[in-house]
Amino acid sequence: MSAKAETLLWVMQRASAAVLGLCVLVHLGTMIYAVRGGLTAAEILSRTRGSAAWLAFYTVFVLAISLHVPIGLRTVLGEWLGWRGAVRSGLLFLFALAMAFTGMRAVIGVYS
Amino acid sequence: MDPLKVRVWRGGAEGSFQHFVVPRHASQTVLDVVTYIQRVLDPTLAYRFACRVGMCGSCAMTVNGAARWTCRTHVDKVYQKESLELAPLRNLPVVRDLVTDMREFFDKWARARGSFQGTKTRADDFEKISPGSEKRKQVDAAIECIGCGVCYSSCDVVAANPDYLGPAALNRAWTLVKDERDVEGVERLRAVAGDAGCHSCHTHMSCTERCPKQLSPTAGIAGLKREVSLALLTSAL
Repeated sequence: MSAKAETLLWVMQRASAAVLGLCVLVHLGTMIYAVRGGLTAAEILSRTRGSAAWLAFYTVFVLAISLHVPIGLRTVLGEWLGWRGAVRSGLLFLFALAMAFTGMRAVIGVYS
Repeated sequence: MDPLKVRVWRGGAEGSFQHFVVPRHASQTVLDVVTYIQRVLDPTLAYRFACRVGMCGSCAMTVNGAARWTCRTHVDKVYQKESLELAPLRNLPVVRDLVTDMREFFDKWARARGSFQGTKTRADDFEKISPGSEKRKQVDAAIECIGCGVCYSSCDVVAANPDYLGPAALNRAWTLVKDERDVEGVERLRAVAGDAGCHSCHTHMSCTERCPKQLSPTAGIAGLKREVSLALLTSAL
């Protein structure tokens, strides 16, 4: 992979990590707030259904994860298993799509 | 003083430790110990040294599990549990006993474009670089590398990825990136980017911890990451 592509992946992983840092804080804060009086599916759905703000927030969260995790896994596979090359990148691209698809399915599920 | 009990690696990649007993002296260095063994106890022991004063970088070995320059390492500092264990540097092929093949280490300096590329000739005037300029101060902080290989031997990323250029080569590239007279520019940034380059550094800081010259290759590698990213974002890469 070219220096440009490698650097782009690195920058994307750092940028997505910065986004995830904020997302995780909001996510954990909301969980701590939400479980104070017990946690029910109905309560979660009452907060997320029809809420454009939560839809936007969790869309950003899922997309940042879908970028961050496969790029990190790529390094782990290279260093731990010595697995490099186009097949690794191709499979991780499919993995990224799968994460984005399943994640967005859940986000839309609690929105609509 | 009680004599020293020393375990010394004998053989190549496959081998075993041999035990020696060496007279102990005040202010004795680890290199003194190895030299005594080779001159008095076993002349077949292979090891490498030259200057003996911490300038040439040839005497580095693994001492009690950690890479060190042996000419400036006093026995008092490292003698643990009545034992001194000497082995060749890690992450490099062993030639014999305490001698490693340093070719890959130095080839990587070339791969990182570690040679100065200027444009001036002898007919030109000197470039005027202020010693107080920010760039020059960054160069000065990293320039005193003696090429001993201690950082390379201590680096876990080199162990995991044999293509990784390593702390010393990247540190050298960093000093040239910040050298205002050098014209290699983006070509060098391309050479140090990616899986074999600065982006693989995990910032474990073993190189910085172990560098006998108290340099921080980690800081230089972080600087390279910034420079390469900037080049990408400005479409120069």
